[in-house]
Amino acid sequence: MLLIHQSPVAAFKDMAQFGIRTDSLIYTVNTAIPLFLSGLAVAIGFKMGLFNIGVEGQYTLAALLAAYVGARVALPAVLHVAFILLVAMIVGAVLAGAAGALKVTRGVHEVISTIMLNYIALGVTGYLLRTRLSQHNPPGDFVTKTKLLAASGVLPSLNRVLHSLGVHPPLGSDLYGFLPIAIAVGVAYYILVWRTGFGYDLRATGVNAAAAQVSGVNPGQMIMKTMLLSGAIAGLVGMPELLGVFHRYSIEFTTGLGFTGIAVALVGRNNPVGIAFAALLFGFLERSAQILDLEGIPKEIAVIMQGVIILSVVIAYEVVRRVVQAQEVRAAAEKSKGLGPTPREEDAA
Amino acid sequence: MKEIAARRLPTDRRGRLVRAAMLMVLVLLALSFVRLVTHASDLTSSGTFSATLRVSIPILLAALGGLYAERAGVVNIGLEGMMILGTWFGAWAGWHWGPWTGVLVGVMGGAAGGLLHAVATVTFGIDHIVSGVAINILAAGATRFLSVVAYTNVSGAGITQSPHVNGTIGELTLPVLAGGRFFGLKTPDFLGWLERQHWFFVSDLGALGKGLTAQVSLLTLLAVALIPLTYWLLWRTPFGLRLRSVGEHPMAAESLGVPVYTMKYIAVTISGALAGLGGVFLVLEEAGIYREGQVGGRGFIGLAALIFGNWRPGGVVVGAGLFGYSDALQLRSNTSIHGLLLFIAIAAAAVGLWFLIRSRVTTGVAAVVVASLVFWWFAGTKAVPDEFISITPYVVTLLVLAVAAQRLRPPAADGRPYRKGQAQ
Repeated sequence: MLLIHQSPVAAFKDMAQFGIRTDSLIYTVNTAIPLFLSGLAVAIGFKMGLFNIGVEGQYTLAALLAAYVGARVALPAVLHVAFILLVAMIVGAVLAGAAGALKVTRGVHEVISTIMLNYIALGVTGYLLRTRLSQHNPPGDFVTKTKLLAASGVLPSLNRVLHSLGVHPPLGSDLYGFLPIAIAVGVAYYILVWRTGFGYDLRATGVNAAAAQVSGVNPGQMIMKTMLLSGAIAGLVGMPELLGVFHRYSIEFTTGLGFTGIAVALVGRNNPVGIAFAALLFGFLERSAQILDLEGIPKEIAVIMQGVIILSVVIAYEVVRRVVQAQEVRAAAEKSKGLGPTPREEDAA
Repeated sequence: MKEIAARRLPTDRRGRLVRAAMLMVLVLLALSFVRLVTHASDLTSSGTFSATLRVSIPILLAALGGLYAERAGVVNIGLEGMMILGTWFGAWAGWHWGPWTGVLVGVMGGAAGGLLHAVATVTFGIDHIVSGVAINILAAGATRFLSVVAYTNVSGAGITQSPHVNGTIGELTLPVLAGGRFFGLKTPDFLGWLERQHWFFVSDLGALGKGLTAQVSLLTLLAVALIPLTYWLLWRTPFGLRLRSVGEHPMAAESLGVPVYTMKYIAVTISGALAGLGGVFLVLEEAGIYREGQVGGRGFIGLAALIFGNWRPGGVVVGAGLFGYSDALQLRSNTSIHGLLLFIAIAAAAVGLWFLIRSRVTTGVAAVVVASLVFWWFAGTKAVPDEFISITPYVVTLLVLAVAAQRLRPPAADGRPYRKGQAQ
């Protein structure tokens, strides 16, 4: 920022003041919800050393198909929403599962296959939206989109809850009704990974795949299960927007959530609470950066800040890990003094 | 040991070259046949081949960049971001000081991205893929920001595009054969004449020759020259041996006195520089300006070409050419793509027969089934949706990986963080 002759302090002050207004906070939370889900989808793979870069394609195709199928069925309110979510999760899981199957049966690295599947999914989405699944627009309307969801398939906003809490958001600022579902997914993620046998196997594989295999974990099955779970969560990423804002899939959907999700998972250290904070931070940056434009500072600086945050956070973690490791080595060396030959550093490392 | 290698290698290589040439001839024969049957003349027109060359070069440069990094054991998913840096800096410097300065500054921009990747992965030892993804995000944001700063009050430019580059890179046409000028004199265009006769196979060969020799930009020549240069540097010099040893077994390399960190730094910086050159090529040869989203996944396709080519220069060229060809056809005409379906059906049937003769029944039958499906698609439709064409490289890569992943051999220590003095 100094490079472009603006005071960083003043800019941060503006960002902070603008960022804590009620509508800004709602915007921040709304932006954070899909990022949180996307982060979780990536994180569950990270936990066992798998890299699902395909969240982008998974959620896009899932949103399209869920919107299409959802608009074609008539179901009572709660069931309808549940059905749409289920379709989205299945689509995401199938796409991610394909990458998992390629890895298990043919030894194709998942990073490569998910990148390829990303482009394939985005291409198929474009094709289906353009030709098969879009509604017939009235003349003069050039936005291709699927049919509108029935009222039973829509999640109401949480503004009524806010009102009862004594908070009155300004008009046009609606808190997504998806928030409780996202929180539930976060809790489920925590329980699954840290409180079940499956989660133990998952983390064990991530820390030391060979040791986990020796202790009886089937690596192929673990890869398949994890990719399916990751894809299912990824399928949900587009749902807050589908059920809360547009109520249909169109080319106006937000893109890039899958890639930002990778960053969110990294900054959040794969921990549900950490991911929630990281998602909120990214949402806050995006919102508060809008004020910078009014001050004559390009708001794109927020994207740079995101990139810098990721790199510095990741590097910081790595440095801390190494310092701690060095301390442990030293402590072990101290302890074993006089007991015999000092252990070689490599063994401790 | 050295003598054996010296005796065996040339014949080995000659055999491989002969086989590759025969395959090329077969492919061209099949294409020529399809052209006659379907009247899709763009399948083998000189325009298509010339477009293929132009479209392939950025992919090729990205893939060569990936080759350097991965041969030294560093996975480079950040190629996309480094290409983006190349496009922005190339266009910016090109606008100020002309195209050749643009090339230089664009290459430096890409190299800076590579250097960042090296600092993160080699010095700090963080996961290669994490760092690459971060660089992709960072490059997209940084160029947007730089555009805002540099182009806000410039006419003809804005936050998503740069002004026109000042001047163009020169181009060459081969005299006599392709009708280029020779000391200012006009010479006959023999290959072009050959192409216009529409003879079976001979005209197609002429078109291929003309496409590759007429109006070739100097930058293209530079890029093509990098292929043998890379091969020579990596496989025929002590420097290359050291670089590859670092990617195969860094511990062994270190014990023999190879400076592992330095080699990795050099390799990843070269990698970024080549990706940056690919970005500059996009600016100078396709659009004349920087546009946001211009790279459009070519870094990733380059990565795909690298894997398709089994981490070897020759394979990389074939991969980039294949992806470039499908792209170029799409740019030129949809009838040709439709004709290409027939070609794919023939190719799949041939592969199926080959496997059946060698009694690999499952693969053979699968290939024949694919062949009949594609033929059915060809016979039942009149056009191929654009989206399907743009995803072709990715489908091909997935198929190749699914069929041949076991036979691909990446560098042994590819993607593994290495600490000096580590045990295993």
